[in-house]
Amino acid sequence: MTPLLRMEGISKRYGGVRALEGARLACARGRIHAVLGENGAGKSTLLKVLAGVVRPDAGTLELEGKPIVLPSPAAASRAGIVSVFQELSLLPDLTVADNIGIVDPPRIWGLRWGLIDQRAQRRRAEAALARVGAEDIHPLAPVRDLPLSRRQMVEIAKALARNPKILLLDEATSALTASDVAKVFRVLRQLRDDGLAIVFISHRMPEIAELADDCSVYRNGKHVASFVAGTRTDAEIIEMMIGREHTSVFPPRPTHPPSEPPALKVTNLSWAGRLRNIDFAIRPGEVVGLGGLDGQGQRDLLLALFGALTGVRGTIEVNGTPVTLSSPERTNLRGGGIALIPEDRKTEGLMLPMSVRDNLSFAAIDRFRRFGLIDRAAEDTAIASMIRLLGIRADGLDGPVAALSGGNQQKVVIGKWLMTRPQIILLNDPTRGIDVGTKQELYQLLHTLAADRAALLFYSTDYAELIGCCDRVLIFYDGAIVRVLEGDALTEHNLVAGAHNLATVPGAAP
Amino acid sequence: MTAARLRSQDFRYWLASHRGPLFAAALFVAMFALFVTKHPAGASANVLNTAANKGALLAFVAMAQTLPVLTGGLDLSVGSVFVMTNCLASTLIAGTPGQVALGVAIVLASGLVCGVLNGLVVVFGRLQPIIATLATGAMYGGVALWLRPAPGGDVNEDFADFMTGSLHDVVPFSIVVLAGAVVVIWLPYRRSVLGRAAYAVGSSEQAAYMSGVPVARAKFLAYVLAGLFAAIAGLLLTCLTYSGEANALLGGSYTLNSIAAVVVGGTSLYGGSGGAIGTIFGAFALRTIGDLLFVFDIDPLSQPLFLGVVLLIAVSLGSFRLLKVKKRVDLYR
Repeated sequence: MTPLLRMEGISKRYGGVRALEGARLACARGRIHAVLGENGAGKSTLLKVLAGVVRPDAGTLELEGKPIVLPSPAAASRAGIVSVFQELSLLPDLTVADNIGIVDPPRIWGLRWGLIDQRAQRRRAEAALARVGAEDIHPLAPVRDLPLSRRQMVEIAKALARNPKILLLDEATSALTASDVAKVFRVLRQLRDDGLAIVFISHRMPEIAELADDCSVYRNGKHVASFVAGTRTDAEIIEMMIGREHTSVFPPRPTHPPSEPPALKVTNLSWAGRLRNIDFAIRPGEVVGLGGLDGQGQRDLLLALFGALTGVRGTIEVNGTPVTLSSPERTNLRGGGIALIPEDRKTEGLMLPMSVRDNLSFAAIDRFRRFGLIDRAAEDTAIASMIRLLGIRADGLDGPVAALSGGNQQKVVIGKWLMTRPQIILLNDPTRGIDVGTKQELYQLLHTLAADRAALLFYSTDYAELIGCCDRVLIFYDGAIVRVLEGDALTEHNLVAGAHNLATVPGAAP
Repeated sequence: MTAARLRSQDFRYWLASHRGPLFAAALFVAMFALFVTKHPAGASANVLNTAANKGALLAFVAMAQTLPVLTGGLDLSVGSVFVMTNCLASTLIAGTPGQVALGVAIVLASGLVCGVLNGLVVVFGRLQPIIATLATGAMYGGVALWLRPAPGGDVNEDFADFMTGSLHDVVPFSIVVLAGAVVVIWLPYRRSVLGRAAYAVGSSEQAAYMSGVPVARAKFLAYVLAGLFAAIAGLLLTCLTYSGEANALLGGSYTLNSIAAVVVGGTSLYGGSGGAIGTIFGAFALRTIGDLLFVFDIDPLSQPLFLGVVLLIAVSLGSFRLLKVKKRVDLYR
């Protein structure tokens, strides 16, 4: 049987990072195909190639045996390939009906250049919403006003309204309530029986077991295996996702952190349904990791601790004193010396056109203030010592940060916050997109900071990194800590299993 | 069952989505009512006609501004196109009715050409709209000077008087032109695929692209139509003054006031929501402030101050949504 769709030898690089290398995928009519892999395995990039969002550097696509090129999402849509991304493609200011009919809406008298037939469009939207069991959504409501779970239902309804041949779902159920998931699954099975090919990415193993007919596993941008669902055990699948390559070297950790009162203690912290009853504590000199799949609330926790969220419930204690964190400025200057190394260094961490010197001293500018002016001598001394500590390679302090390499930019971001001498450091995936050498230096730096008695909370999407750097890892699933791994239980197998909310193996690695 | 319940909410959603224009209309009606009651001549045809002509000029320029703003852009050249087409019209709208008709067509076409150039630079040159239209605007100002180095002109007065007079001495003809532009251009545009695409692009360009919306064509058309609306305003100005003048100050002030009218009319400067109807009321409301200060005998020197205060209040009403933001970081996006 010829598959409906075949992708062969798909490669894609982003700068020095290879997202896909010779990856392939084949899917057939009337089958639901699950795409599996760790964070950064290339799953999303693969689907984006298929959706016309990403143009591959190499590789071929065949639809019904004929080669095709997909230069844009519009082209993919015309070819019958429709995607549901995580609320990415909804237009917040437009109504639900407008969103569902955004491409090729019904026209008055069916004319190609005619005006949009509002009534027909509304009927179509109502039908699409009813099909996914979301009749409670008003077609005239602006998408902006809908809660996340409803938006995702609109997104799915929108995709179905285009009558796709191939439906792609990237984590499409992540924000849905359990009853909505059941409804969506019913629809997906119905569509499969109608002859659609469905390709989906999910990080929830139970969902995969329930829905998938076929599975393909990817690792480091390469295809590992494809098999019929149910023919492999969960443990085997996890082994395929992890692989056996370990290249990074981590500095040794001190075996026993000193037992003393915690520097940071969080009790029962909740926020907007995205964080649920978070409890943990970090002592000075400890590195605590945040694990789990991307987008399970780890970033929100860091933002909450940094004072960037409103309506956070629960208590946060710094050195035994409860604190109210109401803005990054306050946490930095007075609250308790909390620093956040942000995720997106280009927008949240650096002022790219400004000089290395300015970027480094911004957060700590109070330290160099004398009678309202900046004491340049003190500033220079502090900056020089920071550049030495971090090994920042720059052609001079007064050139723009934008001219530095990614790794050196990241060091500037970190240096900027270290200048404030924080005692609690929150790190949001700091090694993403930087080269291996710089990564090693950053691991060493974490080590040094911990030795200097800072408390570190470290979010990373790289499991090996969590194992190598952390004393203990809190695994997040759906906004809550589902498991805490430490000591011998801190293995890649357990991290992956915990992230998918499956049982962990206690003790030594399997 | 649910369908019926949903239908009962239609009106609420309609009201919510038209809050901006309704607010601008209410503001204008209240201010204008106050104006005519205070005016010594009352609501005479003459008073109405003068107010209509003044308001319509700004309304057309502001309609021009609305389209790029809806896509999340800005057009700083609308005032210059307005002045340039005024200069062009002052040389072409003369002679026989046939020649006048041809002149009108050429003037409107020249506005379209300006719009096409703006669209090309913004969409295909990928320059930021503000800086691109600042540059093209200066060019159009230069063309205006070249067309008419000194103020003056030769205009067919019958045509001009008809355009700026009143039908049956009641309905100002400029309002008829404005209504015509709304019915013939704006309403179909709003309900066309590319018109909605303009809203989509302004709402989230990335999401629009991901959804397969024709992003480039939508933006391009917005700038082209902006040129057309500005040219209609230039034509109207020529009929009011019987002449043309390459007045850069006038162009600049119309550009800035057009942005003010767009905002008062309920269109978001971030793009994606609002529309030309609200803009028209916004423009008339802004113009009425000046008239009010006149009938209340307030020092003309304080008019800019009052204009500023009204604008500030109108803009503040639009920012209430910020109070609902959950992530403080989102305030800075």
